[in-house]
Amino acid sequence: MSAPNKSFDPVEVTTLSAEVLAGFVSEAISAITAANSLDELKEVRLAHTGDRSPLSLANREIGALPPAAKAEAGKRMGESRGAVNSALATRTQELETLRDAALLIEESVDVTTATGVRAQGGRHPLTTIQEQIADVFVALGYQLAEGPEVESEWLNFDALNIAPDHPARTMQDTFFIGSEDSGIVLRTHTSPVQVRSMLNRELPIYVICPGRVFRTDELDSTHSPVFHQVEGLVIDKGITMADLKGTLDHFAQSMFGEGIVTRLRPSYFPFTEPSAEVDLQCFVCRGTSVDNPDAPCRTCRSEGWIEWGGCGMVNPKVLVATGIDPEIYSGFAFGMGLERTLMFRHGITDMRDMVEGDVRFTRAFGLGV
Amino acid sequence: MKIPVSWLREFVEIPENLSGREVSELLLSVGFEVEGVDTVGDVRGPLVVGLVKTIEELTDFKKPIRWCTVEVGAAHGNEATPGIRGIVCGARNFSEGDLVVVAVPGTTLPGDFTIATRETYGHISDGMICSVRELGIGDEHDGILILPAGSATPGDNAFPILGLGDEVLDISVTPDRGYALSMRGMAREAAISQGVSFTDPGVALAELPEAGGTVIPAASDDYQACDLLVLRTLGNYNPAAPTPDFIKARLAAVGVRSISLAVDLTNYVMFELGQPLHAFDADKITGTIRARWAKAGETVETLDGIKRDLTTEDLVIADDARVLSLAGVMGGAYSEISETTTRVVLEAAHFNPAVIAKMSRRHKLSSEASRRLERGVDRMLPPVASARFAQLLIEHGGASFEGTSGVEQAPDPIVISFDPNLPGQVAGHTYDAASVEKILVSLGCSVDTSKTPWSVRTPTWRPDLAAAIDLVEEVIRIDGYEKVPATLPTAPAGRGLTELQKLQRRAGLHLAGRGLVEVRNYPFVGVAEFDALGIPAKDSRRHAVQLANALSDEQPLMRTTLLPGLTGALARNISRGFTDVALFEISSVSLLSAKQSATGVTNPPRPSVLQRPSAADIAALEALLPEQPLHLGVLLAGALNPAALGAKPTPAAWSDAIDIALALGIELGVEIEVAAGDNAPWHPGRCAALSINGELIGYAGELAPRALENLGLPKRAVALELNLSALLAAANVVASAPAIWTFPVAKEDIALVVKADVAATDVLNVVREAAGQLLEDIRLFDVYEGSQVAEGHKSLAFALRFRAQDRTLAAEEVAAARQAGVDAAAKSFGASLR
Ligand SMILES: [Zn+2]
Repeated sequence: MSAPNKSFDPVEVTTLSAEVLAGFVSEAISAITAANSLDELKEVRLAHTGDRSPLSLANREIGALPPAAKAEAGKRMGESRGAVNSALATRTQELETLRDAALLIEESVDVTTATGVRAQGGRHPLTTIQEQIADVFVALGYQLAEGPEVESEWLNFDALNIAPDHPARTMQDTFFIGSEDSGIVLRTHTSPVQVRSMLNRELPIYVICPGRVFRTDELDSTHSPVFHQVEGLVIDKGITMADLKGTLDHFAQSMFGEGIVTRLRPSYFPFTEPSAEVDLQCFVCRGTSVDNPDAPCRTCRSEGWIEWGGCGMVNPKVLVATGIDPEIYSGFAFGMGLERTLMFRHGITDMRDMVEGDVRFTRAFGLGV
Repeated sequence: MKIPVSWLREFVEIPENLSGREVSELLLSVGFEVEGVDTVGDVRGPLVVGLVKTIEELTDFKKPIRWCTVEVGAAHGNEATPGIRGIVCGARNFSEGDLVVVAVPGTTLPGDFTIATRETYGHISDGMICSVRELGIGDEHDGILILPAGSATPGDNAFPILGLGDEVLDISVTPDRGYALSMRGMAREAAISQGVSFTDPGVALAELPEAGGTVIPAASDDYQACDLLVLRTLGNYNPAAPTPDFIKARLAAVGVRSISLAVDLTNYVMFELGQPLHAFDADKITGTIRARWAKAGETVETLDGIKRDLTTEDLVIADDARVLSLAGVMGGAYSEISETTTRVVLEAAHFNPAVIAKMSRRHKLSSEASRRLERGVDRMLPPVASARFAQLLIEHGGASFEGTSGVEQAPDPIVISFDPNLPGQVAGHTYDAASVEKILVSLGCSVDTSKTPWSVRTPTWRPDLAAAIDLVEEVIRIDGYEKVPATLPTAPAGRGLTELQKLQRRAGLHLAGRGLVEVRNYPFVGVAEFDALGIPAKDSRRHAVQLANALSDEQPLMRTTLLPGLTGALARNISRGFTDVALFEISSVSLLSAKQSATGVTNPPRPSVLQRPSAADIAALEALLPEQPLHLGVLLAGALNPAALGAKPTPAAWSDAIDIALALGIELGVEIEVAAGDNAPWHPGRCAALSINGELIGYAGELAPRALENLGLPKRAVALELNLSALLAAANVVASAPAIWTFPVAKEDIALVVKADVAATDVLNVVREAAGQLLEDIRLFDVYEGSQVAEGHKSLAFALRFRAQDRTLAAEEVAAARQAGVDAAAKSFGASLR
């Protein structure tokens, strides 16, 4: 590098003339625009802004200029470098965008091959329908009550006003433990849980009791020796049959849709009086299939109603047997078969599907019905 | 219970235009479920009574054929021969002057066979003379149906005579309504249901001729068991007398086979009135007919041909020589009505329903009679029903009336004190006093309304009405359940599910979320399943609750483990073509204590139901039962996750079973400890014992090869079974927040060589303990056995993380803590750093 020369005329340093600098800039921008990849651009950057580039070489000459000329030449040099750098930045961004886009296309996969990486589990619909029903009643303030499956005959029958000679107590219906006189049975219904609730809980009682029960039926497409029920029990002051009807209607709507109602038909159960059968309004046709051969309904066999369960007002004898004063308290109870409910609600046609444990059956219901 | 509508109409004015279906809907509204409506005989069109005028035998054909002229009434003849039809017939059992049934052209017989005029055997056959079989009302004889002489006029409609076209309702009657097992009872209900008039056939005695003969005396030894016994003796009975067709038709419609006139009439009157009757051959009777308790060692051969041993709890009807019948259940063979019987004695009695129910149960013998008597029959009926029988036997069997005998001890009438507001209070709906009274009266009650509460005297045919609540039910039922409004009671503010209930749901969701499929197996198991699993003879799991009446001899026990059910479900899935199966079940098992017997006790507590049982009674009832905790069972075969791109399915291994337990523990906030275990059916070298705070809760690992082979299951299947109740009970419901230290972490790995039989968790625990407070976490990340370590040894590689609460750890501190762990392992297990 030469020393400052005060008498030096800047015009005579041709490499710093405006025309020459403009030429360098123009050459650089042409090269930048022509670069088609980031690698090419890197070479262009080196050639036009590197230490050996014309602009850098010209820049060195500024130092040799007289002070009066330095400022102007410096300004010109700055503008020239700025123009080149700006063009470089713009082109870099353009080329990076192109490279990124190409990379994304290159890396694309068939996303549909990702299925089935994890095994599909499932919960049995008999489990989840119990939870669903419990939730309906828990929302009303009920408690979920449970009891043993191997149960004393007293709780299963005697306390429920089912006399020792009642036909249900024979070995044709009831599984006995040991012998017919052992006083121990497999519970034939979830009603002993009601008795346990009446014996053990504080009044008033609002409980829902789902569970597994047993009768000596051979397994076929509509029967099973092991099946499930849900029963509800309310004992409070001033409980009426209208309360029972309203509760059943609420239950029906929660499970089967807005506006679905129930119908009560007189019946007989030893532990309730009055007693009734509960019919559910058909939630598929809502009764429109009745006497309408053009639009038959498979769910209700075009009867408009589906047999759902039994219910009634708790027999005062049952209250007495559990130490509740029937002069002060009254109550209602109802019960439904869960297999039957699942069958008509989900179109299950064979009871055996629910007991055989085929993984396809359970998986179809996912984590909840 | 089958109810022919025509029979019902004899006692109740059902509007003519109501179909059987409409009648059944009315009955449904008062609580009688009609399971079906059938029509007797599938016959349509004119079917008339004909009188055979002439018979001409046609002999020019291969078989004998008759050409008859039959008088069929003015309306049914043809133009050429008014009132007369010519008919060709192949049957030969009829004569000129017989009354027959004629299907005139246009009639359709069963099988969609329509009668037409046709030329055959050289004559125009203008109709058909029908047999019972052709009419579809029986198949007892092939010949022509001949009606009793003079019983009808030619041209009469034959439908009602034969009971054809009658609709029969099939009604299910609940066990409290014994009175409804008769035309009388159902007619009353039909009348009440539509407010029409009812003629009670069960109150007035039929008029009988004056008695003239020897009467067989009656006696009852125990009025608690038999408080009324009526005998009617009839002589000169013609045992060959046929049962009238209308009675046969009605018995057929209710499902009873015709046997002989006397027996058919006992059935007929029973179905009409509801009173079971029994007819004896009076010539076989010695002395007095008596209701008495059987003596030990006595026997009786019942009508079904079975010789039955009697006990002192059997009530029998006996004479001075022998037991004649099981009272109210079934007659005896010795004194039954036969083809030679000419003298009949009829027994009609009122028995204690509980006595009949017990006998029926003990002898496993349910008859039409016992079904009614065990439900309760009107106590006033025996004299009425037996008179009705006598009247019919005299009319149709030519019998003469010899006399009546009887004994009774009348019970007090039932009078109920009844508040007329009670039905409204129970229903939540208002009934005015006048309607309540009207309903009670329609049932047959006599009601004294002069004072409140009312005095209601219930009718003898409703022994089921014994308390005020029984009357309440009747008022609400007859007024209509559909009138009861719907209200929703307000429960006290609830607290939702209990923690245990919530945790149980979470366990199920967690397992299903891991890809396991829930099954719900039957709880029945057998010894063969324990044997196949290799469960040792003394194992407590073999001490299982035993059923008295198992459905299968192979599975008489209640499960003590979920594994038999799971292995069965796995086998079924494999047989259906699934190789990768992961099952779980959450169910209770029944665990007897060593003191409890598999067959229960011999003298269980039976507290009175007239008051709350005492605490001691309740405890005694509970003591009968086995402990019934919830168990979780898991069974895995094949790969836990299916084959997928880039991931080779790896078969589930012993460690997966343990991992499922540990992960569930983490989900529930419980630390499950793992130690080497040995418990069938697990592989003794690959079995983990799982505990919480030192308390054993179950086992996990690979199943023993022998057990898998016995069960026909794939090799290397793995299982887990634990006491879920115990796990849930230990669950950490309210977790405490940890201190989050933010100073830098220091990571150190150590590899310790120990003998191969040393448990990795034991080493880990010792290192953790010795490394002290600064150790934040320690994890086993590799196990190596091979040439790089000594024979019979293994190398365990642990990753350690150190961190302090208040400072950046110095290298020396970390080194010291690490060394403390290594030293402790060396001391406890002879471990050396690798
Ligand atoms: Zn429908």
